[in-house]
Amino acid sequence: MGYVFDYSWIGEYSGVLLKGLWLTVWLILVGATFGVALGIFCAWVRALGPKWARPIVGAYVELIRNTPFLIQLFFIFFGLPSLGVQMGETQAALLAMIINLGAYGCEIVRAGIQATTKGQFEAGWSLGLSRIETFRHVVLIPALQRIWPALSSQIVIVMLGSAVVSQIAAEDISYAADFIQSRTFRAFETYIVATLIYLALAILLRQLLKGVGWVLFPKRSAAR
Amino acid sequence: MPFLTRRAVVAAFAALAAVMVGAPHSARAELADITTRGTLRVAVPQDFPPFGSVGLDMTPQGYDIDVAKLIAEKLGVKIELTPVTSANRIPFLQTNKVDLVISSLGKNPDREKVIDFSTAYAPFFNGVFAPDNVAVTKVEDLSGKTVGVTRGSVEDLELTKIIPADATVKRYDNNNGTISAFLSGQVQVVATGNVVAAAIIEKNPPKKPLLKFLIKNSPCFVGMNKDQPNLKAKVDEIIAAAKADGTMNAIAQKWLKTDLPKDL
Repeated sequence: MGYVFDYSWIGEYSGVLLKGLWLTVWLILVGATFGVALGIFCAWVRALGPKWARPIVGAYVELIRNTPFLIQLFFIFFGLPSLGVQMGETQAALLAMIINLGAYGCEIVRAGIQATTKGQFEAGWSLGLSRIETFRHVVLIPALQRIWPALSSQIVIVMLGSAVVSQIAAEDISYAADFIQSRTFRAFETYIVATLIYLALAILLRQLLKGVGWVLFPKRSAAR
Repeated sequence: MPFLTRRAVVAAFAALAAVMVGAPHSARAELADITTRGTLRVAVPQDFPPFGSVGLDMTPQGYDIDVAKLIAEKLGVKIELTPVTSANRIPFLQTNKVDLVISSLGKNPDREKVIDFSTAYAPFFNGVFAPDNVAVTKVEDLSGKTVGVTRGSVEDLELTKIIPADATVKRYDNNNGTISAFLSGQVQVVATGNVVAAAIIEKNPPKKPLLKFLIKNSPCFVGMNKDQPNLKAKVDEIIAAAKADGTMNAIAQKWLKTDLPKDL
């Protein structure tokens, strides 16, 4: 092993890395917010929504969960322009992440909703709450609390999976790493740095989601 | 091993030494040798379309093969094609397995020390390409525009040095990504090789990548062994005549889908 490690490039390329870090953070924060919202909406439709809408949401969920994220991304970025839908790589990356997380989130949240006993709905209605109010206060919050760890994991998976958006030249952490590697030819050093950044980001994201859990479910979190 | 006497060993080494010293010396094929032999032996690429590849009928085809055939025809001899890779094309010439290397060979000082070159016969360059309606003629015009390029390629490295700060460079993983980004309109301008641009044009897209300016020019030359003035003069003469009468331009149109550059 005559390999000499060389990290002297970090100074020169720290701007590229920071820019990449910022895009990944932005993508996951915005993507997770809208993705989870979409997931909750779809879960509501599938579990309790109008009968005619259920197969449509079901088809969307099956389509997204049974195709690779990379292909979905390429379809949005390279394919849709043929139909006149043109968007930049950042928008395409964000949209792909929202659509992807929406489908997975839907199934996770639905599991939580369906675990709610019928008696709980009836209790809500008997208190004079409307269907929406019952869903919001009596069903959704306990359901989310039940599945919060699973949903958190899914969000972290989407964040890590977002590495492929570099394939459409969205300038995230992976793009920065590939870029630096193509200039310095220091593959080991570049990718170990990228790995550490992703690792730190994933740990921070989990802590953040745990914190969100505490805020969303204050009374019950002591039980966990 | 009774038959392996000392004398036999000495003889074997002597023979080996004679081959090592003598071969490149004695066997240089000057023009007269080729015409008396009646065949021209040419090293051509087999894995580098459109310059040289193997067709569906398993015969070599491409720009370089057409040029090789043209030269053999003008010399009035038969052609013998030897497929080579970019790494072994010069050794094939130096060990006299072939008379000429027509294998999209670029000229550089290191190579000029060991072999001779004809005049250029084919364009090979990296440049900035865009459709007709995009007004770009020099690197400064890229200001404010988005350029697609394949990450880590020569054109990426060269363009990054000279491009204006307010131009955006989108770097894709491979040529395919760069081509897709151009065809789907994600980038208006691409920096790539003329061969890649030709491959796009061949697909007949609504937007054709036309050359706006050169980044790095490294045309192709015919390589041959040194000290063969007659052969070199004859090859140069054939290339010059082919350029003048449009034969070479027809080959360029056939394989690269563009006219030969005027300054080639």
